[in-house]
Amino acid sequence: MHLFLASATLPDTITFAIAAAICIVGSLGVVVSTHPVHSALMLVMTLFGVAVLFVEENAQFLAAVQVIVYAGAIVVLFLFVIMLLGVDRAESIAADPLRGQRLTALLLGLLVLAEVVLLGRGRWPTGAHSTAGALNQGTKPNVNVLGTSIFTTFLLPFEITSALLVIAIVGAVVLARRPRRPVGGASSPIPSAKGLTGPPEAEGDDTDRGPLQMGVEDLEDSDGLEAGRPGVPATHGQEGSKS
Amino acid sequence: MLGAVFLIPLFPFVGFLVLAALGRKLGNPRAGWLATAMVLASFVTTVIVFTGLFERSPASRSYTQTWYSWFTVDRLHVTASLLVDPLSMTMALFVTGVSTLIHLYSIGYMSHDEQFPKFFVYLNLFVVSMLILVLGGNFLLTFLGWEGVGVCSYFLISFWFDRPSAASAGKKAMIFNRIGDAGFLLAMFLIFERTGSLQYTTVFSRLGHVGTPSLTAIALLLFLGAAGKSAQLPLYPWLADAMEGPTPVSALIHAATMVTAGVYLMCRVAPILHLAPDAAHVVAIVGVATAFLGATIACAQNDIKKILAYSTISQLGYMFLAVGVGAYVAAIFLMLTHAFYKALLFLGAGSVIHAMGDEQDTKRFGALARLMPITSITFLIAWLSIGGVPPFSGFWSKGDVLENAYAMSPLLYVVGALTAVLTAYYLGRCYLLTFRGKQRWAEARRDGKGAGLHPHDPSWLMTLPLVVLAAASTVAGIINLPIHPFDLLQRWLDPVVGAQLRQLHFSVGTEWVFAIGDAVLAALGVSIAIGLWRRVAEHPALEPVFLRRAWYIDWAYDSFVARGSTEVAQVTFDDVETKGIDGAVNGFGGLVAAAGRRLRTVQTGYVRNYALGLMGGLVLILAYVVVRAFA
Amino acid sequence: MTVSAAWYLTLAAAMFSIGAIGLLVRRNVLVMFMCVELMLNAANLTFVTFARELNDVGGQAVVFFVLVVAAAEVVVGLGIIVAIYRRRLGATADDIHVLKG
Repeated sequence: MHLFLASATLPDTITFAIAAAICIVGSLGVVVSTHPVHSALMLVMTLFGVAVLFVEENAQFLAAVQVIVYAGAIVVLFLFVIMLLGVDRAESIAADPLRGQRLTALLLGLLVLAEVVLLGRGRWPTGAHSTAGALNQGTKPNVNVLGTSIFTTFLLPFEITSALLVIAIVGAVVLARRPRRPVGGASSPIPSAKGLTGPPEAEGDDTDRGPLQMGVEDLEDSDGLEAGRPGVPATHGQEGSKS
Repeated sequence: MLGAVFLIPLFPFVGFLVLAALGRKLGNPRAGWLATAMVLASFVTTVIVFTGLFERSPASRSYTQTWYSWFTVDRLHVTASLLVDPLSMTMALFVTGVSTLIHLYSIGYMSHDEQFPKFFVYLNLFVVSMLILVLGGNFLLTFLGWEGVGVCSYFLISFWFDRPSAASAGKKAMIFNRIGDAGFLLAMFLIFERTGSLQYTTVFSRLGHVGTPSLTAIALLLFLGAAGKSAQLPLYPWLADAMEGPTPVSALIHAATMVTAGVYLMCRVAPILHLAPDAAHVVAIVGVATAFLGATIACAQNDIKKILAYSTISQLGYMFLAVGVGAYVAAIFLMLTHAFYKALLFLGAGSVIHAMGDEQDTKRFGALARLMPITSITFLIAWLSIGGVPPFSGFWSKGDVLENAYAMSPLLYVVGALTAVLTAYYLGRCYLLTFRGKQRWAEARRDGKGAGLHPHDPSWLMTLPLVVLAAASTVAGIINLPIHPFDLLQRWLDPVVGAQLRQLHFSVGTEWVFAIGDAVLAALGVSIAIGLWRRVAEHPALEPVFLRRAWYIDWAYDSFVARGSTEVAQVTFDDVETKGIDGAVNGFGGLVAAAGRRLRTVQTGYVRNYALGLMGGLVLILAYVVVRAFA
Repeated sequence: MTVSAAWYLTLAAAMFSIGAIGLLVRRNVLVMFMCVELMLNAANLTFVTFARELNDVGGQAVVFFVLVVAAAEVVVGLGIIVAIYRRRLGATADDIHVLKG
């Protein structure tokens, strides 16, 4: 243990200890909070802890982005959805309906932890060095170094991410929009989205359902698939009910 | 002018495409006229190319037109190329010429058939294939045409496929031809292996490096192919059954052109045959045996088309005899004259069959000479011609073959001469039963329709080809008279087969003896026929069951080959196919289905369960990395 | 100079495990999503640590891209959740199991 601390200064060590504690507590908080809003707040806490660690590791730009994008945008989006949907009810986490799920999950999680800790003991399988350029370039600030790298070496991936973001936005809009009235088959350009987001009173309209529609409607009687359900070939349904 | 050679097969091919697409719309008889026009155009082109070739000096009478490189596999370069030389042009000329006449005849003959356009689609396709066979510049292209004519033959034999006999006759032809084709294929493999090429000119220039055993094997395998296509022993029985097809088909494919493809092939590979004398002996012996066998069977047949079919088999045997003794020019000469008079015989038979309301039994004809004068006279010319009566063409061509046979072995001559007598005899019998003697058709018809018949010569569409062919049969001999300035065919074909020809050293006196001998043989056959069959229609002693059943060879094939293989096929189907292969396939399917039924329970539908699986995978991968890092 | 990379990696491993366990045991789709974010953050921390350790700017660049992808993923994921909740209020992950074999 001493070896680990050998080269570190005291303020750095203390900073790391506090930030690490915040991260661990925050993570645990996310998992164990029964209330989604609490979970979200705990997530914010964790993200701030990680941002501090980024600063500690000379990743000032990423720390800033972490705070602005993650804490400022993503978590707000989470909270927004929680509030919008009004699902801010406490969830009962006393027992898991899936038998053995919780135990297995715990076991696997600890196994992963053990394995990574084992690997973290200084002997990393790969020792490859700097393929994308050095991180420390004299007095050049981190933002400059990272910016140069992204706009030269990683230019193509960077451009592709812009396309990804546009696609994500379009996807989100399509998923979230309500269908135009009337609910005719041909009038809507995206039938599956219409079926998915249609209001409950449109359920009688069986002619034009998207694939997700079935799943959602099935929630009403959650004993699984039945033969003759609209959109599902009858044979599949019978196969399903046999087993 | 030689460059126009590609048009020769192109015209009928265009005809084929147009008829295949629009034949039904064109209807009867325009589809027939179109097909005839296309073949006629092809004939005219052939004449033009022929003239072009004729104007060249004999040494340079070989022209290869390469269209494109067909395919290249390792050392094998095959081009789509046509070879124009005296041999291929001779063949092309008579193929297109006879085809034109028979197309014309078919317009009349098939005019009442519902499938009139389809008939001409097949007929045009056949002409294309035959021309590719003849003009092809390499073995593979010839083989393409070879298979093409085979499949057209199948289509046309089975043209009235609603008759079970026609369907099975087509099948029979197909199977016998497949056996021969296997020989052709193996020969090509061997040729390529030994010479590294399939182009005729290249192959022949490299024969010096090939050993005699290989050449003998190649020649024999090619002869197997030729025997299948040209109905020689032992692959001949399909030709008699092929008479189930319409009569113009019998005339065009199964008498004049396709069945002579084997003879053409053997002449084409004369350089190989020349270097493999053992194989040539086999060809000669098989040829003469087939000639004799076919002639004997023809003596006892009653069906007019069967008589002609066995006659064709016999005449083809003559041609192979000529090939086998090295008389390639004689073979081609006989092929040409035979194409004329045999096509004439078949077309005449077709006229009679038409007139008699689809009756084919000669015993139910009789006394048609006055009612059908044109048919009768042309048939008579054909008979005298095939019988070898001077000065008709058959006399010259057959005499040529027999002379060459004698030069090789007197025994071949004796059998050949006997066959010549039989030939004159059985066709005389056929002619006399049909056109002379007592009228028997009115009463003899089984269905009692005989009385209402009024036999007469057909329309000009059908008689014109008869007359043209009769004229050709009469005078075709002049293209190769045994006197020097008139041995046109001999000198014409000299650049191709001259080096391999058997040299005859007979004195003028001996030649005269042969000529007189041939004439005597013909006269003998003709007079026996007249003596026996002029008035009487029944001579049971001369029609023994043994010959009527064709030496029981068909029966033997049926009992020993066909039944056995059918049995094997049945067993294979019942046990191997149904139980073995189907069982294995179905069993495997069942196994997969059962495994699927078991494994589907893994898919619980709960996303968290799937995540658990992901996590387990992660643990395993990390464990592997840990082991690698610390081991 | 901060503490050695091993500490950071251990912390990242702990966060990752917690996130993974949370994903596996929670039924609220939103919370599961947050757990995914936790795991992503743990991975980011690892990347930054290795970037420092190996003096390679590539590690930080990858984190940048991970942030972008995470943003896109959250947008689409939340869109799907909104769509599901519209049809059925208070649905949990266990309620959606139509693809049962």
